[in-house]
This record gives sequence, structure tokens and C-alpha cells, in this order.
Amino acid sequence: MSFIEGRAWTYGDGINTDLLAPSPYLRHSLEEGAPHCLENHDPDFAPNVREGDIFVAGESLGVGSSREYAPHFLKHLGIRAILAKSFARIFYRNSLNLGLPPLVCADTDRIGRHDILRVDPSAGTVENTTKGETYTCDPIPAHLMEMVASGGLLAHLEKTLKKAG
Amino acid sequence: MPQTISEKIIAKAAGVDHVTPGEIVTCSVDLAMMHDGSGPGRAGKQLDALGVAPWDVSKIVVITDHYVLLDDDNSVALQRAATEWTATHGVTKFHEGEGICHVVLPEGGHLKPGMFCVGGDSHSPTAGAFGTFMVGIGATEMTGVLATGEIWVRVPETLRVHVTGTLADGVTAKDIILKLCGDIGIMGANYQAVEYTGPAVMALPMDDRMVLTNMAAELGAKTGIIAPDATTVATLTSLGVSDIDVDTWQSDADATIARTITIDGAALQPQVAAPSSPENAADVSEHAGVKLDQAYIGACTGAKLEDLRMAARVVKGRTVKDGMRFIIAPSSKRIHEKAAAEGTLKILEDAGAMILPTGCGGCIGLGPARLPEDAVGISSTNRNFVGRAGPKSSQLYLGSAYSVAAAALTGAITDPREFLGEGDVP
Ligand code: SF4
Repeated sequence: MSFIEGRAWTYGDGINTDLLAPSPYLRHSLEEGAPHCLENHDPDFAPNVREGDIFVAGESLGVGSSREYAPHFLKHLGIRAILAKSFARIFYRNSLNLGLPPLVCADTDRIGRHDILRVDPSAGTVENTTKGETYTCDPIPAHLMEMVASGGLLAHLEKTLKKAG
Repeated sequence: MPQTISEKIIAKAAGVDHVTPGEIVTCSVDLAMMHDGSGPGRAGKQLDALGVAPWDVSKIVVITDHYVLLDDDNSVALQRAATEWTATHGVTKFHEGEGICHVVLPEGGHLKPGMFCVGGDSHSPTAGAFGTFMVGIGATEMTGVLATGEIWVRVPETLRVHVTGTLADGVTAKDIILKLCGDIGIMGANYQAVEYTGPAVMALPMDDRMVLTNMAAELGAKTGIIAPDATTVATLTSLGVSDIDVDTWQSDADATIARTITIDGAALQPQVAAPSSPENAADVSEHAGVKLDQAYIGACTGAKLEDLRMAARVVKGRTVKDGMRFIIAPSSKRIHEKAAAEGTLKILEDAGAMILPTGCGGCIGLGPARLPEDAVGISSTNRNFVGRAGPKSSQLYLGSAYSVAAAALTGAITDPREFLGEGDVP
């Protein structure tokens, strides 16, 4: 998987799925729902996030519901990688399944809002070009990297089922 | 090699003799449960788009609960997707509007000890009360399961929660789990399987055990589980389940436990979690007197027959405080009917409760139990994150059905033991 370069959107601990994908919008389409992402926490996020940006959070990112819309809203709005000190397990798996690489990174406190980051998901490195720093992340487990690189579980299934059939 | 119950179930599902925590294995799924939110209208559609048939329709259960009784176009479309998808693929285990998925699943006789199950909902660990290993997954992951019948699993460590002694009258499973949320936090058991043991746990009826496993999700756990015993067998048998193996599905005495937390059951006080996280739990006395606008008994975790009985015991012969909204949505139709037949619903209604049809509703801020702007509520549900049960300006406390009912009477957070004088109902 190649480099992802974009601006950082930084948040603290415990950003839960109700904040990322508020319950009133779960039955809506992605297009209708995504603009409400984080509206109860940071109303500036959804209108201003751009293609290629990177979501940065502290501990327990994505805690709560199994709703796939939480990472899917982020992806729909343009987020291309997620860094956090720790992830709730379903959110982590959902992100991988959507082909949106989640990286466990202990140094997210060092990242400032809108710092420019260059993320290499395969190597598990993050270069903060604004600050001139480099951070090392836990690598994505090898058995999953291929799935993420091929664009997520659906793309992967399409490939493997075709091969099998 | 000694193993925990979770490891035994995963090993069986992976077709190996034993597994070790941290190891990644591929498991065959015994049952996949989906609801109207993430199921047929999402995972089902994705599967159809792949042009693949479900791997085994006899192992798929579809239960509509999140958007039942709502009439907006999106809700209607999701209900219709469930009806059509199950019909197209011949899924006969389809429960439409019968209640909330985690409660209808055992009621329908779909669970038994030793099964390895997945559910398209984060509270899927509820099934662990029956000695089942069940994890919550998202919609795309479910698509993968529907296509292949398999899922990869990182074998979890086991965190044991051992509750000693006997709970005092007025103290419930909800208080045990809220206490845990307060003590170890909403990620305190991240990736782990929480196994509940001890006399105070095994004395609980299934309705209450389900509260412990349901809210393992609020500890960040992969699942929660309780080894089966005579209570499990009696309940499952009454639901028409046969061939129940209790002996195999126990943790070995010398199995590796990553961490044990012991709770003194006799000393436990009723717990209330302050806005806006279950981990803000504390003894009810710390929040006593906080003024409230609404008291809600509902959700998969908080409106089972035992919960309704607790509430009835508190409000029997009393009246809801003027200006309080006291709303009850039973966890399933079957529970509603039983509570009606035994007189429990009448006691609640006579006290001034509004009884709603079953469904997720108020738990996710939908329907008549949605908290209004600036309102402060208490509920027997499992999450109180900002914006979940109402607008950003609303606030939600969590407590047991006893505590919610007591609050309905006084209009403020109240120690429910003040109202437990009169004995059993009905
Ligand atoms: S009642 Fe609430 S917690 Fe339970 S399944 Fe429904 S939305 Fe989820």
C-alpha cells in the first residue's frame, strides 16, 4: 500500500461511535449521514475535511456500537488513514474491512491539528512533515494487510471467490 | 492442556484441539444473527451484489428491532429489505417485530452452550449468558461470514470477574456491571473475554445474567460468558432446546486467567452512571437528589421480565411524580405478554407508566422515549454517550430497573431501597 499524505484532524480519548455516526442518521444513506459525523463534538470537521486527510485520536477510538458507519462516514468524507493510541475492537475490524488502515500509534499527542502527515501503512511509519518528526506504529497484522491493500473485505472477497469459483 | 470455556469453544469452531490467547485462527460460524440496522439492508445487499448465496440459511437468524414502528422512508426501506431478503434466500428464522434481537435470539431457542456465533450488533455478547461464545461484528464483516461461513479471530485472553457472597435486596446484575465499568473503564477489558463466576453470579436468573454479558460490550470486551449450570438448562429446556451439554463447556480449574477481579457482592451498593459514559458509575448516594425529567425502562439489557418485576415492586401502590415521564418498552413481545398476564404491567400502568411496544426505540433516541432538548433522564439501558438517546443538550444517567422506577416516583435520583418495603409482586 502506498503513502497517504494529508492534514491531521486531532482528537482526544474516547471518541465513540455515537459521536462519529449519530444514531438518528444510521438508517440514512452514506451521502445523507456522513455530513453529521462528529456534529455533536466538532461541527467544523465534516464541512472542512478533505480527500486524503488523516484522522488522529487518543485512547479507545470507536468505542461503543458495531455500526460500520462510524469508520465509513470518515472514509466517505475523505479520511484515508486513522491513527490512535488504541482502538475499540469492532471499530478496528470495521476500518480494516473498509480498506481504511487503522494504525496503533503511541505518539498521537505530538501531532497538531492540520499538521501534514505522510503515512506508510505497510511499514507502519508516520512522518510529520510539519514538525519534522517520525513516529512508528504497530504494524497491521500480516494476514490483514493484503485485504486492506486490495481495498477492503468486499474487494478481497470478490478476488478470492472468483479464484475459487 | 487446560483451557477456559472461551478457548474450548474457539478451538472447536477452528477444528483444533486447543488454542492459546493471541493466536489468530479461522472459525466456522454456528449461527449468524442480523438485525434490521446492519443486516439484510446492508450486509445482505452487499452479499447479493457479490452474486454469492448465503453459506447456510439454517444458520442465519434475522430479527427486526431497531426501526420497527417508524414510518420514515429509510426505516420502512430497512424493514422491507429484511422481509424481502429473508424470503428470497429462504431464511426461515426470521423474527419480525417480536422484540430486541439479543432477547429474541434465546427466546427463539436458537442458542445453546458451546456454540460459536456472530451478531451484527455490539451487544451480541449477551448470548454468553447461555454458555455461547458470541461476538459483535460490522456489516461488511457480516457479508464475509454470509459468503463463507467463516471468520478470523484473535483468541482473547480471559478476564475473570468473580462476585462473592449474596447481593443485598435491591442490588442487581446491573449494579455489578456498572460498578465494573466505573472501576476498569469502557476499555478495561479490550480484546478480552470476560468470564463471570462466583456465587452471586450463579444465583442470578438468566434475565440478569444476560445483563452482565450484554454489557461486557461496555468494558470493551470481545465477549462476556458464563459457564452453563442447572439454571441455564432449566431456562433453555423451557424454550424448547434439547441436547444441552453442560459438562464440556466449563473452564478447567487450572486454565490461564489473565486477570481476576473480585467484587464483594454483599457490600455492593446500587450504582448509577452519570452522563455521558457508563464508566462514570458510582454508588447511587453520590448522585442522589439530581433532578430528572424522564425515567425509561427499555432496551435489550433493561426491560426483561425480571426488570419489569423490579420496577413493579418499587412503584406498587404509588404514583409517578408530577411532571415526570415514566416510559417502559418491554424487551420483547413475549415478555410484554407475560408481564401482562401476571399483573406486573397493570401495577406499572396504575402508577402512571406509559407502556410502549417493544423495540430499540428510546435506547437510540428514536420514537416517543427520545429525550427532549435539555432534558435529564435516567434509564435501564446500557449506553449514555452524548447524542445517543436524545439531542446533545440532553443528559442521561444509567441505573437498574429498581433505580429507574424509584426515580420515577421522586423525580430525582433515589436509592431504590427506600421503596422495597412491601415484598414481592404480584
Ligand atoms: S436496545 Fe439499544 S443496545 Fe440493545 S440492541 Fe437495541 S439499540 Fe442496541
